[in-house]
Amino acid sequence: MKSVNSLRRSYALGKFLTYFALIAGSLIMVFPFLWMLLTSFKTVPESMQIPATLFPSAFRLDKYKEVLENLPFVRLYWNTILLVFFRVICAIAFSSMAGYAFAKLKFRGKNILFTIVLMQMSLPSQIFLIPQYQMVAKMGMANTIFALVFPGLVSAFGVFFLRQTYMSIPEEVGEAAYLDGCNQWVTFYKIMFPLTGTSVAALTIFTAVFAYGDLMWPQIVNNDINMFTLSAGLATLRGMNTTDFPMLMAGSLLAMLPMVVLYLIFQRQFVEGIAGTGGK
Amino acid sequence: MKKRKLSAAERREENWGWIMVAPTIIGLFILNIWPFIQTIYTSFCEHLGFGKYKFIGIQNYADMFGSAEFWKATWNTVWFCILTVPVGMVLALFVAMLLNTKVKFKGGFRTIFFLPLVCAPAAVAMVWQWIFNGEYGVLNQILGTNIQWITNSKTAVVAVAIVSVWSSVGYDAVLLLAGLQNIPKTLYEANSIDGAGKVRQFFTITLPMISPSLFSVLIMRLMASMKVYDLIYMMSDSTNPAMADMQSLMYLFYRSSFVAGDRGYGSAIVIWTVCLILLVTLFQFWGQKKWVTYDI
Repeated sequence: MKSVNSLRRSYALGKFLTYFALIAGSLIMVFPFLWMLLTSFKTVPESMQIPATLFPSAFRLDKYKEVLENLPFVRLYWNTILLVFFRVICAIAFSSMAGYAFAKLKFRGKNILFTIVLMQMSLPSQIFLIPQYQMVAKMGMANTIFALVFPGLVSAFGVFFLRQTYMSIPEEVGEAAYLDGCNQWVTFYKIMFPLTGTSVAALTIFTAVFAYGDLMWPQIVNNDINMFTLSAGLATLRGMNTTDFPMLMAGSLLAMLPMVVLYLIFQRQFVEGIAGTGGK
Repeated sequence: MKKRKLSAAERREENWGWIMVAPTIIGLFILNIWPFIQTIYTSFCEHLGFGKYKFIGIQNYADMFGSAEFWKATWNTVWFCILTVPVGMVLALFVAMLLNTKVKFKGGFRTIFFLPLVCAPAAVAMVWQWIFNGEYGVLNQILGTNIQWITNSKTAVVAVAIVSVWSSVGYDAVLLLAGLQNIPKTLYEANSIDGAGKVRQFFTITLPMISPSLFSVLIMRLMASMKVYDLIYMMSDSTNPAMADMQSLMYLFYRSSFVAGDRGYGSAIVIWTVCLILLVTLFQFWGQKKWVTYDI
């Protein structure tokens, strides 16, 4: 039998080791971002110094100016915002409607139609890429916002996810409204949809983060740099310059900043939203 | 329920049902079902340019299976999975268990570990490329080594795997944490009265109880690793001598279809990748019955 004292000591040691591991892990997680920030203030020769200096000799903003001249950042932000906005709106509107219908309404063909939704979810999106690109090209819509949004016009995942949410709402809620004389649409729109706020927020965050980071599709479908997203812009920046790391860091930082700021404001919603959707 | 006449209310409900799923179903037909069929067909065709195709039978597949570059990309992808999945899962479980103890700033730690998830992979890859840089990279200086991480054929995939694990460990940890929090405390209490040690407790209670979460994280991570593209695209470039040793199937697909313009060959590669992913799905159904404990 251990004495109370030794138990207390082993408890304290365990506590210390837990904090130690968590703090060490946090440093590893944060360091790349810190290094990005610090490098972005350096000059090129300074960034190549060996041994490396942690802090820049002065906090210069030259590289930010330079990257803003090299990439049309305002356009990239604007394109990315529009891409995210339309993807989110489509995902919410169409997935809510379909999710509600699949969860609450009886109609013929429901099972087979839902199987299609499940099939799309289980196939990797790359299998659709070449034909999707050809459609956009054939419509003459390459280098437009529409082209960026195109594969995300409907979200099978969103339908599946919101169907789960609607299934968890008790039958009585809809029935009461229905008996009050609301038709199915009004029941959905006025009564049921407002009850799914948390799930809609989660789907919004999930869709936004994914659209923001997506690289392959914007690269394929748009080749005019003015129609690029932030991610595709970064890829171009790296292609233009492989040694000016301070500038590349400044560009990366500017590209990820909006999402990181949103994340820091809505931490809980982001973590629970992305983890709760269980995908990515 | 044979050909019963629907009442007026039922018919109205059915109409609303159809109307409400219509945008999604039409969208899925145009964006997914038709492209899926087209991709299968295209994989048996030669691309003549300007969207014109000529049927050539299994030639693309024959070319593909005879190509050393293709087999190398397949191996790179499998090797990438081997490098990322087990290490990533162990680390994620470790972080989740740390966060499941009574620590202060739990939310803060969670926020930090989760941070890479919201950062565009392109930006993440960029800074890691700088850290890994062979001449001036800070990692070599910290470790006191002189490794050409990204341009050496042996370490290139390892470097990308490190970035991938770093990016996803927080996300996986959050999922596992939810699993850990669902384990009833009484199980541990009953067990500790029996005098079981912490290590045994881990293997007899924790591990079986979170096996469903562990398994779903495993499948998700496997699927994501099979499709790795953006990290590799950003960390390699065409001048990289280790390019052939780090390119994944999805990267080869991108290069064949959209850089070389050989869309038939590209389609064959993507079909092959889908087959590999389906293998993971089959494994999922089979493994679920075998390893996952849904009740104790």
